Amino acid sequence: MFRLSTVLASRAAMASATRRALPALATSARHYAIGKTALSAENDVVAKIDGKRQESLMGGGLKRIETQHKKADAGSFREYDAFVEHQCVDFGMDKQKITGDGVVTGHGTINGRRVFLFSQDFTAFGGSLSKTHAQKICKIMDKALLVGAPVLGLNDSGGARIQEGVESLAGYADIFLKNVMSSGVVPQISLIMGPCAGGAVYSPALTDFTFMVRDTSYLFVTGPDVVKTVTKEEVTQEELGGAKAHTVKSGVAHNAFENDVEALQRLRDFVDFLPLSNKEPAPVRYTDDPSTREDDSLNQIVPVDSTKAYDIKDVITRLVDDSQFFEIMPDYAKNIVIGFGRMGGRTVSIIANQPLVSSGVLDINSSVKAARFVRFADAFNIPILTLVDVPGFLPGTAQEHNGIIRHGAKLLYAYAEATVPKVTVITRKAYGGAYDVMSSKHLRGDLNYAWPTAEIAVMGAKGAVEIIFRSSSDRATAEKDYISKFANPLPAAQRGYIDDVIEPSTTRRRIIEDLEMLRTKKQENPKRKHGNIPL
Amino acid sequence: MSLSLAAAIPRTTGRWVCSLSATRQRLFHSAATTRAAAATSQHLQPKQDYSQYGKTFDKILIANRGEIACRVIRTAKKMGIKTVAIHSDADVNSLHVQLADEAVNVGPAPTSQSYLNMPNILKAIKDTGAQAVHPGYGFLSENAAFVKALDEVGVTFIGPSEDAMAAMGDKIQSKIIAKESKVNIIPGFNGVVRDVDHALEISREIGYPVMLKASAGGGGKGMRIAWNDDEVKEGFKIAKTESMASFGDDRLLIEKFIDNPRHIEIQIISDKHGNTLYLPERECSIQRRNQKVIEEAPSTHIDEATRKAMGEQAVMLAKHVKYSSAGTVEFLVDSARNFYFLEMNTRLQVEHPITEYITGMDLVEQMIRVAANQKLVPKQEDIKINGWAIESRVYAEDPEKYLPSIGRLSKYIEPRSTKGQNEVRCDSGIVEGSEISIYYDPMICKLCTHGATREEAIENMKRALDSYVIKGVTHNIPLLREVVSHDRFGSGKYSTKFLAEEYPTGFKGHSPNATSLSQLASMTGLMHAKRELRNWAWGKGREALLKEDLQGKAPNSWELFIGVQGVDEKVPVKVHRTGRATNGEDEFEIQTPGLAPFTTSAHWPLESPLITNKFDNGEEVTLQYLDTLPLGFRVQHLGTKFDITINNPAQHALSKFMPIKEKASTTNMILSPMPGSVVSVDVKVGDVVAEGTAVATIEAMKMANVLRSVRAGTVKSVKVKAGDSVAGDELLIEFEEEVKEPKTEKK
Repeated sequence: MFRLSTVLASRAAMASATRRALPALATSARHYAIGKTALSAENDVVAKIDGKRQESLMGGGLKRIETQHKKADAGSFREYDAFVEHQCVDFGMDKQKITGDGVVTGHGTINGRRVFLFSQDFTAFGGSLSKTHAQKICKIMDKALLVGAPVLGLNDSGGARIQEGVESLAGYADIFLKNVMSSGVVPQISLIMGPCAGGAVYSPALTDFTFMVRDTSYLFVTGPDVVKTVTKEEVTQEELGGAKAHTVKSGVAHNAFENDVEALQRLRDFVDFLPLSNKEPAPVRYTDDPSTREDDSLNQIVPVDSTKAYDIKDVITRLVDDSQFFEIMPDYAKNIVIGFGRMGGRTVSIIANQPLVSSGVLDINSSVKAARFVRFADAFNIPILTLVDVPGFLPGTAQEHNGIIRHGAKLLYAYAEATVPKVTVITRKAYGGAYDVMSSKHLRGDLNYAWPTAEIAVMGAKGAVEIIFRSSSDRATAEKDYISKFANPLPAAQRGYIDDVIEPSTTRRRIIEDLEMLRTKKQENPKRKHGNIPL
Repeated sequence: MSLSLAAAIPRTTGRWVCSLSATRQRLFHSAATTRAAAATSQHLQPKQDYSQYGKTFDKILIANRGEIACRVIRTAKKMGIKTVAIHSDADVNSLHVQLADEAVNVGPAPTSQSYLNMPNILKAIKDTGAQAVHPGYGFLSENAAFVKALDEVGVTFIGPSEDAMAAMGDKIQSKIIAKESKVNIIPGFNGVVRDVDHALEISREIGYPVMLKASAGGGGKGMRIAWNDDEVKEGFKIAKTESMASFGDDRLLIEKFIDNPRHIEIQIISDKHGNTLYLPERECSIQRRNQKVIEEAPSTHIDEATRKAMGEQAVMLAKHVKYSSAGTVEFLVDSARNFYFLEMNTRLQVEHPITEYITGMDLVEQMIRVAANQKLVPKQEDIKINGWAIESRVYAEDPEKYLPSIGRLSKYIEPRSTKGQNEVRCDSGIVEGSEISIYYDPMICKLCTHGATREEAIENMKRALDSYVIKGVTHNIPLLREVVSHDRFGSGKYSTKFLAEEYPTGFKGHSPNATSLSQLASMTGLMHAKRELRNWAWGKGREALLKEDLQGKAPNSWELFIGVQGVDEKVPVKVHRTGRATNGEDEFEIQTPGLAPFTTSAHWPLESPLITNKFDNGEEVTLQYLDTLPLGFRVQHLGTKFDITINNPAQHALSKFMPIKEKASTTNMILSPMPGSVVSVDVKVGDVVAEGTAVATIEAMKMANVLRSVRAGTVKSVKVKAGDSVAGDELLIEFEEEVKEPKTEKK
């Protein structure tokens, strides 16, 4: 986990270094010895157990243990299955056993709240997945589902344990199935801390969030060697499946962190936003930031010139508690901003068009990015705050041919389906179909507000006039008329599609009051096996 | 914004109100929270008695923006005068516009089209019926043509007459007038230098070192110092070229170069009845590239006799040109207190507040009164020096590279007087959320402090700088804070060369000493502990913090390893929660090497921008919490920003295994973010741009996307021009690798 370099060869040197670091973990829960209490019984057995425990501690799994301790609160980690060894006898594997079998599993607490964790160990068989390795992971996933607590996976696995053949593949499928069964029941988070290839990549893909460590973690279905053989393409691990590739280009990973220590700390911060399961409401944590705080500068944040951009994150950080906003996918489809914040202490999920990037237009990537986030929030009872400044869907062959219709429909579907509290604020533009999509009143938005700068219309004045007054000579006057009619929030407010036009400075207070009122909201969709989101 | 609605409703202070019905406005005003509402309520207050100010004007227009416009408006309000602001498109929401009773848009953002646009300003004066114009400083304040134009339409200019302004505006002419007025002038040649030989002849006559400077110049352009004949020959050519390029006028003059000079100036105020007062001097020697940075009044260098002599000469000069209004006579003073006339500024100076502080006089009030033909009420013998005042010019610029910075002020909290003695004065024209744009001077504020003694004024300045929160732009507070705590500044023995001598390779930020490092570590350790406890406070309200199980389960002591940016060794800090004070706040004991263990109740709210702790040695340290980092905080300490890393023992043990990464270089390329058309390219090859400068605008989806440089650099190539269509990710502009300082200087 604490790789000195990306070169795997340096791993041996590192392992010994980590051993020296172990005493730093004075409060380690693994330092209890059952030997002391059982001494009078079977000395042999005790000695053997102690020996095995030492092996498990000192084996390849050692550094994982530290990581686990660091992620959970000090002293809170309880390990399971430390004695597990693989059952494989082929290819001389019976002579090669590492106690723990390359994964550390158990549970602990993060700021007092229960989580289940597993952490793969590249130093034991390259973190490869054996039948028993998979069983260990499945065991804690079952427990997590049983008690309703998140599952955090620290992934560092080269793939299947090839010596085991189909047993290993079965192990993967067992995990996949549990991932799917847990989906929407308990939050599942993957932190990729090393190279993960082949079957090892699909479990993270099935979890709710995948985070990576910059420069030291990779995700790919097939590695550079295979790529070269098949396509003659020469590519490095980093280019193929590094943090940059997945956070900027593919959208597979939801964020990346600088190094392992930082990543684990950020993971702790992240878990604090989530309810432990779908049976629990969004968590509420104490804050010194007053719920009634008003922010005059919001009154001026939207530029006078309606073609000028502004940073929607400036709005978000001014609304949420303590300006703390945990952004998800900050480098992917930047024309939409998603992430978690707290308002009045309660976690809210925030989806906001970003006027700063491509005018905040909705395209394929931004639709898919936001849609999945809306569904997560809905599944886990996290209220949704939507900030709208959208000029429409992006036109062009590139978008149409790649299916903007289908992908845009995902976001529409997700918003329409969501039954959690939905509060929407239109800060400026809400044009065309994109107005409907962005948590409009028509999709069961609970409270829909507009700032006085809002413009709600089918399209911009210029385009509209070109269609309506195709033959008219005085387009300028017509455009003025259109602007005065639609480039303001009144028409929508007069029809009740906007609940109120609010002074921007009061937005935070209004939202917190609304979320308090909506705390008891109960809404159910018709009974069915499941809907059919346009995947 | 609805045009028709906006037109139907009288202009109000906030744009957001415009499109709403009158009912909505009333509803909003009932909240009485906005400045708009506050401004409205002011009008409802009982009518004040303004008779003490005599008959002046009913309405004046302020032909300026920013802090000086706000400052003039405040005095006008005090005197019961209605105010008209002018503004550009970019300033429509500015503070000066909100403070004024009326506002007129005089043009687009560039100053040449708005604040220097005489026809539009004259129209605004006519339309609003303003009887007089206060020009502030800069812009049209020293433009004799503007004064003439006002005279022609019978509007009073709150400043000197056209003749006096024209007389003092030209450097050669002003020297001649000064000589006629028997004012000490620097030995030199007061005419136009004909050629190199003439220059050599004059230089030898004056005696080396000499200075060659542009007749029309200012701001260091076209200035050359020569210590011998060769340097005169070389300097003559360069100065002539520079002068031509900068001012369109290559006339040069030559004068004696004063070694170790101090820049000391005398404020005068004259009425139209022949009365002139001189006020105590201001010392403006802390300069960089002829830009004033810190000023003080009075000067440590001037004794009573010199003060009187300088003052009387300034008055002689003013009387000679029949000067009226406020003006400033600048002198160079050598170590033996010989003083020489430098130039006269025929306007209100930027640094006038420090004179106001020590004299108790409102200079803008006096300017308005004398402009209205009133006689000066105070007599020379009434002018006394009360204590000491210091001014720091807070700029949105990087103090290490002197690059201007632009952006939105995401957090902005001005320091206040805490002693109830009105000891802090913050003249600014911005509020939180305001934008510092490329179009105007990047000055954020003039921060002035006062004290009974110089030491007290300096202490007050330190405290004010420490508690001045500015987020969103880079600012020069690190440099200001460093100078005011510099021993040499404290001793008062400095010259205009102070910054160049003390920071010969440029200012590199503050490096904490052992004590301040320990203080910094212990306070951030405390912030961390407080935050960790909060992280366990699940539930609503303060009860969550006080819950039984929180006290039972949550950590009680922290062993921390605190890394301070720029310091190699981590500081071990132990924080222990010792109990609960009666007010429900936790009490902590903190152990840090180099500091006696101390107990504090950490009374500040979590995430508050200012954190103050009084240490056992009596020292009160203020820390600014700027941002959260993944493993710590970004704070400002003694003016300088520090990234603080906080590790627990496990993280500390593991952090040595973390790979050390090279800082990722920011891109040298600016790509089109989306398909669209190029509206404008704002840079050309060879331009040096600051971080955040707008380099091009791409229109797409009927929206203008302004592309900004992600770092400072020189433009290497420009691949597109206005009107071009570009694809997404198309290369538009490329930068050179290295970083240079911009060559342009601010006025």
